[in-house]
Amino acid sequence: MDWSFVLAHVQDFLAGAWVTLRFGLYGIGCSLVLGLVCCLVRFFRVPLLKSLVHVYIEVARNTPLLIQLFFLYAGLPRAGIRLSAEACAVIGLTFLGGAYMAEAFRSGLESVDRFQREAGECLGLTWGQNVRYVLLPQAMATASPALFANIIFLLKETSVFSVLALMDLMNVADTLRTSGGRTIEVLFLLVVAYVALLLPVSLAATFTERRLKYAGFGDQRSV
Amino acid sequence: MEAMLRVEDIRKSFDGTEVLKGVSLEIYEGEVVVIIGPSGCGKSTLLRCINGLETIDSGKILLRDQVISEKKKDQHLIRQKIGMVFQSYDLFPHMKVMDNLLLGPTKALKRPAEQVREEAMEMLKRVGLYDKAEALPRTLSGGQKQRVALVRAMLMHPDVLLLDEITAALDPEMVSEVLNVVIDLAEQGITMAIVTHEMRFAEAVADRVLFLEQGTIVEEGEPETFFREPRTERARQFLQSFTYASARKTVKRKG
Amino acid sequence: MQDSGISVLFKGINFQRLLLGLWVTLRIALITIGISLALGLLFGLLMTRKNRFVRGFCRAWLEIVRFMPQLVLLYLAYFGFSRLFGWNLEGELSAVLVFSFWGIAEMGDLFRGALTSIPTHQRESAAALGLTKRQINRYVLLPQTVRRLLPQVINLATRMIKTTALVKMINVTEVLKVGQQIIGQHYREPSVAFWIYATVLLLYFMICWPISLLAAWMEKRSE
Repeated sequence: MDWSFVLAHVQDFLAGAWVTLRFGLYGIGCSLVLGLVCCLVRFFRVPLLKSLVHVYIEVARNTPLLIQLFFLYAGLPRAGIRLSAEACAVIGLTFLGGAYMAEAFRSGLESVDRFQREAGECLGLTWGQNVRYVLLPQAMATASPALFANIIFLLKETSVFSVLALMDLMNVADTLRTSGGRTIEVLFLLVVAYVALLLPVSLAATFTERRLKYAGFGDQRSV
Repeated sequence: MEAMLRVEDIRKSFDGTEVLKGVSLEIYEGEVVVIIGPSGCGKSTLLRCINGLETIDSGKILLRDQVISEKKKDQHLIRQKIGMVFQSYDLFPHMKVMDNLLLGPTKALKRPAEQVREEAMEMLKRVGLYDKAEALPRTLSGGQKQRVALVRAMLMHPDVLLLDEITAALDPEMVSEVLNVVIDLAEQGITMAIVTHEMRFAEAVADRVLFLEQGTIVEEGEPETFFREPRTERARQFLQSFTYASARKTVKRKG
Repeated sequence: MQDSGISVLFKGINFQRLLLGLWVTLRIALITIGISLALGLLFGLLMTRKNRFVRGFCRAWLEIVRFMPQLVLLYLAYFGFSRLFGWNLEGELSAVLVFSFWGIAEMGDLFRGALTSIPTHQRESAAALGLTKRQINRYVLLPQTVRRLLPQVINLATRMIKTTALVKMINVTEVLKVGQQIIGQHYREPSVAFWIYATVLLLYFMICWPISLLAAWMEKRSE
């Protein structure tokens, strides 16, 4: 192992990690919003939109992100839609992530007792108030392990951003590997970078899951 | 006197089975109407139709002479005027008792929290739960939860309060602590429609009794006459089924 | 112009070439799933062991595949092993190794979950009927476990099929690579790219979607 090489290129990997993290976070943020919207559309059975969301979720869940990105980046321009690499990254990750987040939110909402919704309605709460104060806080408790798993999953999936010519971690590694031939050092830096990026999230997930176990609401209904 | 709540010939079917076959009734201000009948007769459906949890197939429901049965966007405004308590309490498990009580008045009615809090403490004191304001629902007994649910509904100052078998899920020793609260409400002049299986409670609290069977009102009367001398054969049989059950218990005890 | 693009798909043996490319990834997926099922069962059994060392080892393995992107693992096997140990692994072989490394742990965790969640009262009430230990396993516990496990296993299998698309990044000639070759041959008709990428997306969807539907159907049935 050539440590001077490693030290010399820490900077490059920091820059790559920042690209991975930044676009990963953009994508995850948008996925959460899209997922929540899709989930509410399905949960409240909004006509028309409901079928659209259903088709979207099936397509997003049953195709690889790599192919989705190629389609966005290299296929769509031929049909007249030209997107920048950055836009493709965020759109691609959101397209994939939204479907997974929607499923996570849905399992959370479905775990909330059916009568809770009616109880909220009987208090004269509006639809939005009911979702915000009654349904979502309870759904989040059940959904958060799945949401965290999705966040880790999406951060991992960012590794294919390199095909978009974004200088993310994978691409930095690729460039250095092909130019310098120091494969071992490059791979070492790559692994260290991903561990540094993902281990904290993974630990946070375990921590929250433990806390939620104790914060359970107990038996809601003894009927 | 004008009726507070007027139900005109409403019908409701589920999957082709007609559950309500043209039910009409009026409830006057300050009146307590108890609805009884065998299970599956449509009692709960009737209450759920009144506050719009179920949409009716035909007929009309009026609150203070305003039609409320046409599904509109401001359904939540109507629900603010009709309180309902269920058999399953349905307190919000993630909120303390006080937050459960504040949610409706502060969010739906936009009243200032401090003012509601004062009133809520007053009412909690009245139902004997003064010390439970900061408790989480899961730490309460069934009877306590149901009393909180009653307070939660009352804090909305509804025109009518609907009670749907609110003691059905309770252990027997907790039934009376809840029903005493209801009787207290009746004495305060709260307008109520109550579905229950507790016949002695029905007799004590009701101004008027409706006997519902197979989706129609079969008999209607004052509690004194209805429970002593029901006019219809069906009501007589229904009331007898309760005494029959208790007769068997004594036989068993002797054996 | 768009019409000429789609016609390229069916020109000569182009479509067969795409399908052959798809078969390369599918073959990797099938072999990997087979290995993961067999060794995953062993892994799951090991995870239920009391021995702390064995359990810690399994946990660490599972953690690594949970938060290290599969693409990074592929790079390690394909580029790293040749430098480190002088093993020059073929792309396909590295893919099978890496995906099995991942699949064994994930399958194992599913098996562990199923093994530990068998309700004791089921075992006890079967024993109370006078069944032997083998009969209890055969008639009472195994059917329940399999029924709960099968949808999860199938879902994981879909994920593995999707993930095999990554082998393109280690120079395996699979469907995407074949697609790019076809695009290259028809560089004068730019709309070809759109149709090729759309077709590859559709091919993946047509494989993964029915499998997902099967899993969803089984899940519903087992409730």
